[in-house]
Amino acid sequence: MAELLEMLGLSTSAELLSLRPPGWGYNLLRGLANSLQIALGAFGLGVVIGLFGASGKLYGGKVTRDLLAIYTTVIRAVPELVLILILYYVGTDIANKISSAIGGGRVEISGVVAGIWVLGVVQGAYATEVLRGAIQAVPAGQIEAAKSYGMPAWMTMRRVTIPAMMSFAVPGLANLWLIATKDTALLAVVGFSELTLETRQAASSTRAYFTFFLAAGALYLMVTLFSGVVFGRIEKWARRGQPSLRGGTR
Amino acid sequence: MTGLRALFQPHRIVLMLVFAALIVWCALSLRWDWIPKYAPLALQGLWATIWILVVSTVLGFLLAVPLGLAQAVGPWYLGIPARVFCTVIRGTPLLLQIWLLYYGLGSLFPEYPWIRSSELWPYLRQAWPYAILALTFSYAGYEGEVMRGAFSGVSKGQLETAKSFGMPRFTIFRRVWLPQAVRNVLPTLGGETILQLKATPLVATITVVEIYSVSSRVRADTFIVYEPLLLLAVVYMIIAGLIALAFRRLERKIPT
Amino acid sequence: MNLTNFFAIGLVASAFLTGAVAAEDVKIGVAAEPYPPFASPDSSGNWVGWEIEVINAVCAAAELDCVITPVAWDGIIPSLTGKQIDAIMASMSITEERMNTIDFSDPYYKTPGVIVADKSMELGADPEALAGKIVGVQASTIHQSYAQAYFSDSELRVYQTQDEANQDMIAGRIDAIQADSIAMADFVDSDAGSCCEIKGAVMDDPAILGLGIGAGVRKGDTELLEALNAGIAAILADGTHEEITAKYFTTSIY
Repeated sequence: MAELLEMLGLSTSAELLSLRPPGWGYNLLRGLANSLQIALGAFGLGVVIGLFGASGKLYGGKVTRDLLAIYTTVIRAVPELVLILILYYVGTDIANKISSAIGGGRVEISGVVAGIWVLGVVQGAYATEVLRGAIQAVPAGQIEAAKSYGMPAWMTMRRVTIPAMMSFAVPGLANLWLIATKDTALLAVVGFSELTLETRQAASSTRAYFTFFLAAGALYLMVTLFSGVVFGRIEKWARRGQPSLRGGTR
Repeated sequence: MTGLRALFQPHRIVLMLVFAALIVWCALSLRWDWIPKYAPLALQGLWATIWILVVSTVLGFLLAVPLGLAQAVGPWYLGIPARVFCTVIRGTPLLLQIWLLYYGLGSLFPEYPWIRSSELWPYLRQAWPYAILALTFSYAGYEGEVMRGAFSGVSKGQLETAKSFGMPRFTIFRRVWLPQAVRNVLPTLGGETILQLKATPLVATITVVEIYSVSSRVRADTFIVYEPLLLLAVVYMIIAGLIALAFRRLERKIPT
Repeated sequence: MNLTNFFAIGLVASAFLTGAVAAEDVKIGVAAEPYPPFASPDSSGNWVGWEIEVINAVCAAAELDCVITPVAWDGIIPSLTGKQIDAIMASMSITEERMNTIDFSDPYYKTPGVIVADKSMELGADPEALAGKIVGVQASTIHQSYAQAYFSDSELRVYQTQDEANQDMIAGRIDAIQADSIAMADFVDSDAGSCCEIKGAVMDDPAILGLGIGAGVRKGDTELLEALNAGIAAILADGTHEEITAKYFTTSIY
């Protein structure tokens, strides 16, 4: 193994990337874990916001609908980097103001939580649109049937709408998840120690910019490819019992 | 004018009043005295942002056409590299790509001294060529995937008809295939261009001076945090709105 | 895995990670970007450097429980005023402009601004010599302000981190850097920085270049300010400051 690396002229790179110090591999992996935590949390928060947003847009009152339209339009028109800066500073400011107003002390917001909240709000806007489209694609008759059986709104949502819309929503949500993993890189600019910032620190400490940026790229790519496989499975599962959409019956 | 009537429903009037009040509050209670001093710089930055956006989308689209074509109908030795390119670009963060291009390539310069005496050196020294290159690749990667679908989406019958009229292959491509594919992707193109606009501030991290970096400079010089960011958000919203409007016009002009 | 599981994971994850830090801890903000030899993370993820040791010494002398918290340099003052951190000890110069927003402790080190350029280049540190040249500075530093004020005939490149400016100096993309003399002395002594040398100090302008490096605290946080001042005075008096300095530098930097 070592000889092979030597032959390829990669032995210094392998040393730099080794998991034990003086190698920086462990730092990159820790950064990756942080990135994934933030992405997972933000994606979850985004889907929750999206569910409420989509129901608000479809079934809400006029004011709710207009406010949601403003939310989704603004978030989708402003660069994530700018939103992250605004939400990061405003969010922590507001949290502190509320806390001191109710007589509490200073709120400690950890980097991960701040990252989740910031990216979650951004994801929520996209998720709202994805889920709204998916809910609209559910045949209206199914939802009306549930209503006519006297199901309460929440139960209709849980038992009928969500299961039926899953197959329509999964491709869009898969895309959102990939955006979430890649958007965590932007948090490097605010100073969160996720994969991109750890990479930048390792690269500038060792001046091996090429090695580290390529290694980080490979890690991100692995996450993307693996997610693709997982979401492919989920989509298959969500489609079970439905006629195949690709080819066949037309 | 249904649009106007929809705008003046009672609840919308209330909402507009609330927003007007919010804007007045912002104008009066926040600090805006820095604007005159930084206005010329901001205009320069705005110009740079638009310039980067236009050049990278046009070049990116030109690159996306062969990428899409190679994936849709190309032989495997063109199709596979094109697919790998699209997957890598779409699978890694743009910020990382920008840094890899700028600092990664830069770290190789000292090992090859001849680079500094080459004719390309004046460009390699600047930051904007790397910004354009990274953004072009990114747009091409995303759009190449879209174009692949668009090229496969044009019905075979039309291409066969064109062939039976004795059109040469390139003429078929130019007159039948490409126009239809482009028409099919126009709605997505608008969205992708707005996404591209949203990617432009990332190039500020490699010292390119554009509108985002101007707002950072205001923050650094004056320690005013929110006001430049809010104004910046408004500027981006206006540009995004203009892009959406332009594409809607373009779509309407094209016969279906 | 279904949708509800996704929420559950997200919510549980966020609940676990809130990880509240005990309220008595004093969070000392350092720049998240490496700034050797003062503060940079090593390959096992610990922060090391002259300033880190000084922070620990000051906190020990002042009997404060300090936690080193990396924050993006570009947003370090908003992080302080937004209560993300309690004090800044990140080689920040005490300037009038900054004193409008935050308070500073007494200085704990001093460093003039210098110009660094390629060894083969004949270059002075005055505006005339740098006219038409590309000068790199780090964003939100006194050097950015100084270069903007004095080097109006040069092309300025503003980097997010000092290391990136150094990297572009090595790559030859910029003709000169303006930065702190101590950080630059360390840079030109390193293997990577062997291309370059310090050409000289820029003409002093205390209004811009400030009165040395101090710890920044929120306006009105006099309790912490006094504690830090006492800590700084204590390590200067008992020789700890000198001891730490001797590990990193050959001359005194106070």
